[in-house]
Amino acid sequence: MTHTSPSDPTADRAAIARRLADAGYVADRDLATALWLMDLLHRPLLLEGAAGVGKTAVAQALAIVHDTRLIRLQCYEGLDQNAALYEWNYQRQILALKAREASGDSPDVIEAQIFSPAYLLERPLLAAIRAERSVVLLIDEVDRADEEFEAFLLEILSDFQVTVPELGTLAARSIPRVILTSNGTREISDALRRRCLYHFVDFPAVDREAAILKARLPGIDTALALQVARFVQAVRREDLRKAPGVAETLDFAAALTGVGLADLRGDRELVHDLLATLLKTQEDRNALPREVVDRLLTQVA
Amino acid sequence: MPHAQGRPASDPTHPAPPAGERVRARLAGFVRALRDNGFATGLSESADALRLLAHPGLTDAATLRSALRALFASRHGDLARFDAVFDAYWFERNLKPAVRMADTRRLPSSAPGLPGANPAGTGSGPPQRVDRSPAAMDTATQGDGRQGGASADAVLTATDFRHLVDPAELARAYALAQRLAGAMRARLTRRHRAAHSGSRLDLRRTLHRSVARGGVPVDLVRRRRRDQPLKLVILLDTSGSMSPYISVFVRFMHGALDSFRQASAFVFHTRLIDVTDALREKDPQRAVDSLGLMAQGMGGGTRIGESLATFNRWHAARTLRGRTALLIVSDGYDTGAPDLLAREMAQVRRRCRRIVWLNPMIGWRDYSPEAAGMKAALPYVDLFAPAHSIESLEALEPYLARL
Repeated sequence: MTHTSPSDPTADRAAIARRLADAGYVADRDLATALWLMDLLHRPLLLEGAAGVGKTAVAQALAIVHDTRLIRLQCYEGLDQNAALYEWNYQRQILALKAREASGDSPDVIEAQIFSPAYLLERPLLAAIRAERSVVLLIDEVDRADEEFEAFLLEILSDFQVTVPELGTLAARSIPRVILTSNGTREISDALRRRCLYHFVDFPAVDREAAILKARLPGIDTALALQVARFVQAVRREDLRKAPGVAETLDFAAALTGVGLADLRGDRELVHDLLATLLKTQEDRNALPREVVDRLLTQVA
Repeated sequence: MPHAQGRPASDPTHPAPPAGERVRARLAGFVRALRDNGFATGLSESADALRLLAHPGLTDAATLRSALRALFASRHGDLARFDAVFDAYWFERNLKPAVRMADTRRLPSSAPGLPGANPAGTGSGPPQRVDRSPAAMDTATQGDGRQGGASADAVLTATDFRHLVDPAELARAYALAQRLAGAMRARLTRRHRAAHSGSRLDLRRTLHRSVARGGVPVDLVRRRRRDQPLKLVILLDTSGSMSPYISVFVRFMHGALDSFRQASAFVFHTRLIDVTDALREKDPQRAVDSLGLMAQGMGGGTRIGESLATFNRWHAARTLRGRTALLIVSDGYDTGAPDLLAREMAQVRRRCRRIVWLNPMIGWRDYSPEAAGMKAALPYVDLFAPAHSIESLEALEPYLARL
């Protein structure tokens, strides 16, 4: 692997942070360290944090940084091996069987044919380890999958090989960089946690959020980006059921630039209308009445 | 077929690069300190940590802290605890009452500190054990940076559950909890079977099976509904006014956790503590012992509203879902604001299926729920029942089985 010989971690981390920034992701120091460790120790990285703080975006940016493919496995309740690892292409197998029925081939020949790699459907996990070049494998919301799946995942992540009964063992062509994300729907097992590096993705500080806005919305005015970041920070401090994430901040800023507002204090009425991009429940809307928003706007300006 | 690359990190045939003997000893001590503080770390983590310490480029303590934290911490609550242990071990600082040092082991006095860290010229190994103290637990459960000061009026002594225990009563509570779990399971089995007979065909699997029959779908595969077991979440008030009842309910919680596949348990007084892991211990006595250690500060005042707020903020998303029954055991004497309690009850109400509030005081004659907290919470409760004796718990059985 080409990414195994880092010489100077401080420089490496700075380089990782810079390349992530080029890819549109503004990373903090701890995340850069964790990503550097991922390459050094070849461990998966577990990202936890509230919804919308940019966990998935880390994987997307990492794929861009390493100029490789992002393979994503979205977990859900009831996810099984067939959907995550591999499945035989039954329709094609049956078609092949029917087509050869008249040919008089021996059963052994037919069997060898229909259980060949050509009839194997690669699902995300298998595709990730069979790729020629090391890919980024994103296992999204791993807490939504069942506990049984977790155990199976643990096995794949430590062996990096898959046994298909009809074909034999398929070893990895390359070791993917694995990122797991979790929202805390269910507690993940200690074994899986131990296997992984851990990073908690927190809401960004004001200047980092402003930098994210600048990176994602190149057209935005620096002063406005800072205002928006301060305002959202203040909104998060209010007692809300669902504090707005970075994705919401981006929507809010995009809406502001879309209507051509350059200063948050310029049109409070409009800002109040655009809160729909930040607050997603009726309860939270009620928690921020006009007076409160006005007060927050006065504070941040 | 190209050869799979091995992972040097945990491969025993590729030992970590040589590090000085003293560094090894210091690291071993650090890992031991982490384990003493409840971190689940294994050998492969130690090997990787050694690789990091031996890394020529890692010179500043801040980077090393950040790197080791990513390696050893594995949940949000660990982060603050890791920093406390790290500072205490490598820098001998931040020894607040929260981080109590109590160990007689001493390493050779020539053991080196961290690269780049020279705390006041001392190179000697500090005592390593850092207690899993109330303040550390606080940050673990609340995560909002509140330190030990939050429980100013908590009585900071470990109340020993063992002295409150009457073996016969406890055995009964334990058996009862198992019976309750059994009643609920029986119901789930019926649900499952009914769903099975009314199920639909699973086309993909049927096709799969038909490959072996030359494409003729002989074996039909049916899709059945996933059974969703009922979850139980118990919040037990361990404040002073509840003390006569605590022992019985702790045993009840242990029984419930033992027989429910999915259950969580919390105790609260002036703050909320997740005791699920402690109660997962099979041996009841050991479970009760470790709970006694964790629940320091019992027997003080109660802040039900705040505890519930903590629960809603940090644990509700993880522990509550549609088929969850929330069982609150408290006398409702709250020293916090009733509004807060009402608001938090309204929130938790939306997330779970049933809320049962067991109040030991109902058993008393002429009792009416006059406590302000109790009054505030009552509108959100599905079942408000007495819980002063085993008999009253037994009376709950048919209700819980119907959930």
